Amino acid sequence: MLDCVLSIQNSTPLVGIDLGSTTAKLVLVEQGRVTWCRYERHLSKVREAVLLLLEQLKGRLGERPFRAALSGSAGLGLSQQAGLPFVQEVFATGRAVSELAPDTDVVIELGGEDAKVLFLTGGADQRMNGTCAGGTGAFIDQMATLLGVTVEQLDRLSLSHRQLYPIASRCGVFAKSDIQPLLNQGASKEDLAASIYQAVVNQTITGLAQGRPISGRVMFLGGPLYYCRGLRERFVQTLGLSPQDAIFPEYSRFAVAIGAALCAQGERELFTCDTLTKLLQEAAGTAETPRLAPLFDSREEYDEFCARHARACLPRAAQDYRGDAYLGIDCGSTTTKLALLTPQGELLYSDYQSNHGSPIEVVRGQLEDIYRTFGDRVRICGSAATGYGEQLIRDAFHVGCGLVETMAHLLSAQFFCPEVDFILDIGGQDIKCFTIRDGAIDGISLNEACSSGCGSFLETFATSMGLSVADFAREGLFARAPVDLGSRCTVFMNSSVKQAQKEGASLADISAGLSISVVKNALYKVIRAGSPPVLGRHVVAQGGTFFNDAVLRAFERELGQPVLRPDVAGLMGAVGAALYALRHPCDTLLDAQALGGFSYQSASTQCKGCANRCALTVIRFADGRRSISGNRCERALGQASSQPLPNLYAFKRERLLRLKPQEGRRGVIGIPLALGAWELAPLWHALFSQLGFSVVLSAPSTRATYEKGQSSIPSDTVCYPAKLMHGHIEELLEQKPDFIFCPCLTYNFEEKGSDNHYNCPVVAYYPELLHGNMPHLRQTTFLYPYLNLNSRHQLAKELRAMFARCGISLPGALMHRAVKRGFEAYRAFQEELAREGEKALSFARETGRRVMILAGRPYHADPEISHGIDELAASLGFVVVSEDSVFHLAPPQPVAVLNQWTYHARLYRAAAFAAATPGVELVQLVSFGCGIDAITTDEVRSIVTAGGKIYTGIKIDEITNLGAVRIRLRSLLAALEERGEPHVQ
Amino acid sequence: MSSEHAVFTKEMKKTHTILIPTMLPVHFSLISAILRAKGYRVELLDADASRVADVGLRHVHNDTCYPAILVAGQFLDALEQGRFDADSTALMLFQTGGGCRASNYIPLLRKALAGAGLGQVPVISFSPAGVEKQPGFTLSLPMLYRMLFGVIYGDLLELLSRQCRPYELQAGDTQRLLDDWTRRLSQELGTGAFPRLSLVRQTCRAIVRDFSKIPRSRRDKPRVGIVGEIFVKYSPLGNNHLESFLLREGAEVAIPGLLDFFLYCTYNDIVDRHLYGTKPFKSCRNAVAVSFLCARQRELIELIGQESDFTPPTPFAHVRKLADGVIGLGAKMGEGWLLAAEMLELAESGVRNIICAQPFGCLPNHICGKGMMQPIKQRIPDLNIVAIDYDASATRINQENRIKLMLARAMQA
Repeated sequence: MLDCVLSIQNSTPLVGIDLGSTTAKLVLVEQGRVTWCRYERHLSKVREAVLLLLEQLKGRLGERPFRAALSGSAGLGLSQQAGLPFVQEVFATGRAVSELAPDTDVVIELGGEDAKVLFLTGGADQRMNGTCAGGTGAFIDQMATLLGVTVEQLDRLSLSHRQLYPIASRCGVFAKSDIQPLLNQGASKEDLAASIYQAVVNQTITGLAQGRPISGRVMFLGGPLYYCRGLRERFVQTLGLSPQDAIFPEYSRFAVAIGAALCAQGERELFTCDTLTKLLQEAAGTAETPRLAPLFDSREEYDEFCARHARACLPRAAQDYRGDAYLGIDCGSTTTKLALLTPQGELLYSDYQSNHGSPIEVVRGQLEDIYRTFGDRVRICGSAATGYGEQLIRDAFHVGCGLVETMAHLLSAQFFCPEVDFILDIGGQDIKCFTIRDGAIDGISLNEACSSGCGSFLETFATSMGLSVADFAREGLFARAPVDLGSRCTVFMNSSVKQAQKEGASLADISAGLSISVVKNALYKVIRAGSPPVLGRHVVAQGGTFFNDAVLRAFERELGQPVLRPDVAGLMGAVGAALYALRHPCDTLLDAQALGGFSYQSASTQCKGCANRCALTVIRFADGRRSISGNRCERALGQASSQPLPNLYAFKRERLLRLKPQEGRRGVIGIPLALGAWELAPLWHALFSQLGFSVVLSAPSTRATYEKGQSSIPSDTVCYPAKLMHGHIEELLEQKPDFIFCPCLTYNFEEKGSDNHYNCPVVAYYPELLHGNMPHLRQTTFLYPYLNLNSRHQLAKELRAMFARCGISLPGALMHRAVKRGFEAYRAFQEELAREGEKALSFARETGRRVMILAGRPYHADPEISHGIDELAASLGFVVVSEDSVFHLAPPQPVAVLNQWTYHARLYRAAAFAAATPGVELVQLVSFGCGIDAITTDEVRSIVTAGGKIYTGIKIDEITNLGAVRIRLRSLLAALEERGEPHVQ
Repeated sequence: MSSEHAVFTKEMKKTHTILIPTMLPVHFSLISAILRAKGYRVELLDADASRVADVGLRHVHNDTCYPAILVAGQFLDALEQGRFDADSTALMLFQTGGGCRASNYIPLLRKALAGAGLGQVPVISFSPAGVEKQPGFTLSLPMLYRMLFGVIYGDLLELLSRQCRPYELQAGDTQRLLDDWTRRLSQELGTGAFPRLSLVRQTCRAIVRDFSKIPRSRRDKPRVGIVGEIFVKYSPLGNNHLESFLLREGAEVAIPGLLDFFLYCTYNDIVDRHLYGTKPFKSCRNAVAVSFLCARQRELIELIGQESDFTPPTPFAHVRKLADGVIGLGAKMGEGWLLAAEMLELAESGVRNIICAQPFGCLPNHICGKGMMQPIKQRIPDLNIVAIDYDASATRINQENRIKLMLARAMQA
């Protein structure tokens, strides 16, 4: 039994019940001692779990009366329904700790879905994670599943790690996109396990402590910290705690329940095990989650549905087929698919399996199997590879050709339905949608930075219920009242499902509800279809997730029309590749003999081609060939063209880097090169230099910049460009400038033709936030005046007043000269940009290249914000220009929304230019969390598509998964080629 | 704005029903009474949150703020359910303008209507600042004047009810009196005599006296303030009935009045003149309006003090001063500096527990709400603030659990 002595002397027993998101805990306190406790997983059957615990308690207490209180996230609803005393769990923890270990300074408690930090001394404060469950027990569970190990194994692995990788901890979804490439590149599971724990630690420290130091005696509570030794180790090391200051009490898992018991002492009401059981049994759950119509009204309807879909099948070749064959390999991020076709398009052989972190091994095994099965009967006359691992597989096995996966999907869909005009592909991690016009791809939408509503999501739920995906789906087919779960992030969905379970929804209703939400997510969030959704006349549904009949049915229901699902829905990429190979025969594929001698070695290195320092994985094959991955551009491959293509992003970066500090007798002014400064740096630099200051700009951001400022960010949902601001301030402070200048600019430049000329609220007022949240700023003089850029007179007046407040009096004439200098420099910069933009366009015209307007905001030129997408585009042969270098080539645009932000008005004009100019394409960069882009994306899309162009939008955040971006851009290129779009004329 | 959209013509005044989404029940009843008296056929909309949000999500970009999704959902739901005929219905939205994306609610709503095949439904912008004009709808000065008093009365009724309801000895007393006064004031403002100042003072006095007569217990409950983005702060639809939840949990609720928001919007043009040297016309006009409204507010504060022991509102001039050193008055998008100032104002008037409510990902609130908590806590260390995000898919249980933590601390204090 727990050895904890409490200061209270209770004659009536106290019972504390803690119902968390995954477990139920009960403690009994008699005569100031914890005399009995239990800990059970409740598998979402909360009420049953409590009743069971009470039954056991009865064995001990019999009919004796006691006082009781409930606590925990699952206890809240139950206590309301049963009318029982409730104690908020963080409060309960605080109560327990101040009783059991009053000398504790800080408590860190991790639960299944919650993370909490309690500061007990020096200004008590209790903090809880927001609506995001990143960095909690659920996150650890999710990551263990991703690595294919149990939580216990994960812990054991972490203890023997050698290095740590940076992994986004904000959200399981983001972390996945960091871990997947690491896995594919062969990072060890030991290192990944420890890195996952480190991510949890970082999330707790940055997300909850938010700049407040965690020091003194620190107590760690909650299930994950009780069970995971590796996690404890990471916390202790990161916080730099001595062994006596890191407390891992034996009652770790029961602290909340003990706190609840202590609070129960103040309650008047007395219970016995029987009365409490009765109250809980009678408590009626009020159904709050709305319900939807069933998927099938009758068995007959289902049979008709099955019969209809059975018709869409790929013919199979005869068992004893002899002759030619064509191989398609689709090497995706998590699975590899193979298809072998006869010249008539009959399927000879297929395979679908998980990569297990090594796609090469998977393909090798399959090739061996093919050679073994068919021997001399079949000759492979052509082969093609597609997907994330296309290049790797081509290099390894001498695959004849490669094609971008979107093209592969189109080819296979057309094979089943030549007049297809819409394809929806829902895979494990991705949702892809293509619209097709005149037989060529016309538009592509993909889910980005978020895999909500994909196949893996259903799988996770099925596993958590102890079922296979297939069984789980079958449960939902005949659900009578599917729960309405909305359509958002997996984490939100988790809590919706839990809520539905608490309300007593059946497994069938939840299964059907999840299938419907997958479809709604794809339709309304990824495709942005209207209501009722109109996608096309001939819709093909594919991807492994559509094998799930419930998902397929929900899709047809939502669309109000039948769709076609091929029986090889999960293999469409591979089938498409095989069809492509059939058209482009080439028998280079390693034969059985060469395959026997196949071997390779993989090594990690860092590219030295440029400042990006990409982490490369180099694989050397036995025949001397090598394959490189992890690179952003082609430099690593030694293929950099002798004359680099014009790239306005690179130009802007170089141009701003030339703004060097000059000698200044009045002192040093630091300017963070972030947000608005990417537009205005030339103005401020010239202005302050003229006044006699030495102007220092912070360097362009790196990941390290972000990490430096991470701990003072108060709102974790603000955009990444704003978050970087904190790091820039830290870096400037290291240089000890006399001033840091970062003005508040409600209004941007008035560029005529729009409804107004605002900055977005974040660009406008972020300095206010910095002032309030970065106490370090007191080391210098932080200047953040409100300024008007559209009146030189007013600007001069305000700047003089600003300096006067610091005791620096500047003559009016000098200030006016300086402002004039500043504007001259700004205009020169803008004119240079416009000139360079036009030069790039004429270069493209002369050399017959395509132009990409990489359109965002000025600050997207920051390499850490755009993650080298500009270079990637250049490496694919695009001449890259920015929106601010070409918008002057189109007039202001009439748009359907209020056109009131200067940067965004440029976006519309750049879009109009792309729409009207052959050979010029527009790709929009959208920062995750940018509220204004929720408005602009639809407008830019409609301007671009009205000109018959393909709209491409890329969401960017702190993650750097360029693989998906590369596919987007290559698809765009392939679609342009297919459509016969001209180059710039 | 140059795209074509349906216009609310003069003829439509007779033929069309104007739908208004309810944000503040009392204020909106009074305002709609004034509109009805002017011959507009007005209908206030109330609807169930989950269905409304679902309809909204289908029609508006899902990354747009939650209020836009709710408002569009509310209208479209009413039209699609056939409760109102699309050919004889118009929609009205309140619009302040400004650099926040919220000024795009009307264009977004029009896009949603067009997308749903309801392009014929005109959308009217209700904007004292005149963001856009519609031939069939004009806000005349006398109407605006009456509406101003609608706001003042509404604020007063809400203020008094919030201080009575938790303590009433006879359940329902407060609500009955509130309903009664809402009815009387609707009549008075709609068709009654012109609201001369002496008449208004008399009415306010009668209201305060009536409320102070409600038999109540000792005022000993922890007080919880709500600040934040205007829609989720006030609208029960937007904040999952936050106020009634807090009442059930045994708290007294305090929400700063709508007049403060008007004063803030009006005052911002004066700040603009000062900061950016904008043309004097607007700032002079607004200075007159601000001083007029502040005088009314002062009278009211005095009157509450004379007639009762209720806690009166804080004078706007003082609220403004509280922002000093925490945030600049130039921060004027969304609720801007007012949000920070209101937290400080609540703290000063004895409300030590504050909920800052915002839609998930609200842009101005990154700075003016969440970004100001740290500096405010530095000034008042024992202030108990919690930020709650509202969103179509945030679960109620999650929100309530966080509020419970704040309440547990409040009850302990």
